[in-house]
Amino acid sequence: MEIRPILASLRKHRIPAILIVLEIALACAVLCNAVFMIGQRVVDIHRSNAIDEQGIGVITVDGADPKMASSEIPRNLARLRGIAGVQAVAVTNTVPLSNNNWGWAFGTNPDTRFNDAVNVSAYFLGEGGDKALGLQLLQGRFFNPDEYADSKRGTMPLVDTHVVIVTQSVAERMWPGQPPLGKVLYSKPLAYTVVGVVADVLRPFVNSQRAWNSIFFPLSPDSALSYYVVRSAPQDRDRIVLQAQQALSELDPIAVVKGHSFTDIRDKYFADMSSMAWMLVLVCVVMLAVTAFGIVGLTSFWVQQRRRQIGIRRAVGATRGHIMQYFQTENFLLSSAGIALGMVLAFAINLYLMHHYEMTRMPWFYPPGGAIALWLLGQLAVLGPARRAAAVPPVVATRSV
Amino acid sequence: MFDYYLNLALRSLRRNRVLTALMIITLALGIGASITTLTVLRLLSGDPLPQKSAQLFYAQVDPYTSDGYVPGKTKPQRLMAYPDAMNLLHAHQARRQAAMALTDAKIAPLRAGEHPFFSNGVMTTADFFTMFDAPFRYGGGWTADDDENRAQVVVISDFLNDKLFGGASSVGRTIRVNDHDLRIIGVLKPWAPQPRFYAQGLGGRSYGDGDAVFLPLQTARAASMDPQNDDCWAVADTSKLETAPCIWLGFWAELSSDGEAAAYRRFLSNYVQQQIALGRFSRPEVALSDLPQWLRDEKVVPDDVRLQAGLAFGFLLICVVNTVGLLLAKCLRRSQEIGVRRALGATRRAIFAQFMVEAGIVGMAGGLLGLVFAELGLWCIRHQPAEYAGLAHLDVHMFLLTFLVALVASMIAGLLPAWRASLLAPGSQLKAA
Repeated sequence: MEIRPILASLRKHRIPAILIVLEIALACAVLCNAVFMIGQRVVDIHRSNAIDEQGIGVITVDGADPKMASSEIPRNLARLRGIAGVQAVAVTNTVPLSNNNWGWAFGTNPDTRFNDAVNVSAYFLGEGGDKALGLQLLQGRFFNPDEYADSKRGTMPLVDTHVVIVTQSVAERMWPGQPPLGKVLYSKPLAYTVVGVVADVLRPFVNSQRAWNSIFFPLSPDSALSYYVVRSAPQDRDRIVLQAQQALSELDPIAVVKGHSFTDIRDKYFADMSSMAWMLVLVCVVMLAVTAFGIVGLTSFWVQQRRRQIGIRRAVGATRGHIMQYFQTENFLLSSAGIALGMVLAFAINLYLMHHYEMTRMPWFYPPGGAIALWLLGQLAVLGPARRAAAVPPVVATRSV
Repeated sequence: MFDYYLNLALRSLRRNRVLTALMIITLALGIGASITTLTVLRLLSGDPLPQKSAQLFYAQVDPYTSDGYVPGKTKPQRLMAYPDAMNLLHAHQARRQAAMALTDAKIAPLRAGEHPFFSNGVMTTADFFTMFDAPFRYGGGWTADDDENRAQVVVISDFLNDKLFGGASSVGRTIRVNDHDLRIIGVLKPWAPQPRFYAQGLGGRSYGDGDAVFLPLQTARAASMDPQNDDCWAVADTSKLETAPCIWLGFWAELSSDGEAAAYRRFLSNYVQQQIALGRFSRPEVALSDLPQWLRDEKVVPDDVRLQAGLAFGFLLICVVNTVGLLLAKCLRRSQEIGVRRALGATRRAIFAQFMVEAGIVGMAGGLLGLVFAELGLWCIRHQPAEYAGLAHLDVHMFLLTFLVALVASMIAGLLPAWRASLLAPGSQLKAA
């Protein structure tokens, strides 16, 4: 296909040509960034969490008398174990994605400075917490019954024990390349020895890249333990949550008892994010439609304006295919120019967003991906007008307009 | 003359219905999207207390140790420790001042057989209500003496009063909060500043319903109500937050002039110097931000909302460029008509005006349809899970702004085609025909 006549013709219709280029450039830039943002959110929403998410129900008991914790917790656990289908039960101080965060900072030696300490979220597990949550042990061991029984909290923010289990992420962050078992977490005057490493569990509050900085302590019945984790087969879960909620509110009328499946907790936590992702998808679709209709409109006008020239070309021997090709090539050239401009714009917008928002650098393949999408869109949009152009009969050349 | 243009424009628009519809829908989509997001943005970045925000200041000092401190770079902590908040409170250096923390308040049901429930509570000091212009329906707030004496009193919101007492005056009645009996001394009128500025940094949400109960700080603490957010710089007994090395209170001061604010800033600095001399503090930084500044520092408007607004305006730009193209196509197709009009004596200006009127009509129609899209968009937002969802309504300002945006967008879109049209020479077009 000869390009020169197309360029010559575009030069004569500079403004419509520039408009199409501009439209495609803007669409390309917005599309790349929007798709990138959608991708980021999808990754965030699907972050792994090595507990039995499908089988866990969580019942919170708030406002119970703190002095009664040591007698009420065993009583409540026994009641929950009696519900048909329950496989494991335990109390914890919080669960992943509950927004109830027990944050603390630890160093790798007793004199670690404030700024070098690593922020983690602390989970206190009542006996059987590993089974109830479905933690996946990678190295070492879970806590033994003595460690659960001997661990007390009183009024301190952390527990009085000497053992801790960390997630793989914490182990890699604190002791990169070294075996973590037997290492010690320090926070003056406290020190805890790592006895086990588990697969990554999300924190109660995920706000950064350090989403899996979780550590686990054993704890004997204590008022801090107000989350009852009930594990069952996924198909029994919803029934058990309801029964458990009812049972616990009967046992403790002064407390506020609420039950949820863990999947609900997860969905609720990410609801904002997923609605934002859907909104971005909607914007992309509508924007592409608008761009496509714009191309259809302008090209149609072009075809109509050039009916006579098309007729002449047909009369001197051009086939329908030639005419089709002409408009397709023209659109390809305009799209390419638009895409080139759009890619630059896309990176510029990404840079701006990186400066002003919590945004990372866009991977290199997004703009080429957007480019292919817009090339296809352009070709699809031009198909109708190009076919109409090809249908212009040669005889038009002999008529005055 | 305008009538004539209007007539011509309508005729021309009617002649090419598909193209006209396409232009109007395109413009309307762009306008709908931007008005929707702009409405949300405006709601979220609004001034919670317009009559008073310039006089309210958030004070910060920093009791943390020198560990990790970089002079000039480390910003003071967002929250205050109890002794400092009390010292500032008792110094009375501002017209009004109050310390506060948020808490979960367990409220016992009044009728047997109902379950207790949790409500949002604020534990604060006497000046809270007058300083923040919280309006009372019945009764009033407590006094500074009540604060010191741990008076067993509480102020409740109108919605809690409706829920528990059916809206009748409940002043003098008793409710059980966290298993302690408290006497109601005041009921607020509906009061829910958006954003809930005083909750920033204290661990609460920023938008949505107001708080349900307000209690004297020391009364609440005596009933072992804990703050939503606390931060400790050393291992501590967190059941005794008053003496623990922990920060958990927000502190606001009312200062009615720049002079007073400057004086208060000096007072804060002197206070901190004094604490350093006493060996309690090691960081000299202080901050005193007025309410709008504090909201900006706290980034109260979610990033997502600002991103959405930016995206919507990018989208509007695409729609405008698209409309320019379509208008241009339409107007160049009518070269002959323009040629005839020019030959019959119409000036360039007249042609220009005619096409601008046409663009304006498209804009108005786009605005009208855009309003429908915006209402639809806001309806969708109201059904989203976000805490500000319920607030998303179109007000008169945004209603008018819709048409302004529509008109400006269509005028910008019409400028180029109208200019091109007015440049056409009458002769050549007639000859071609």
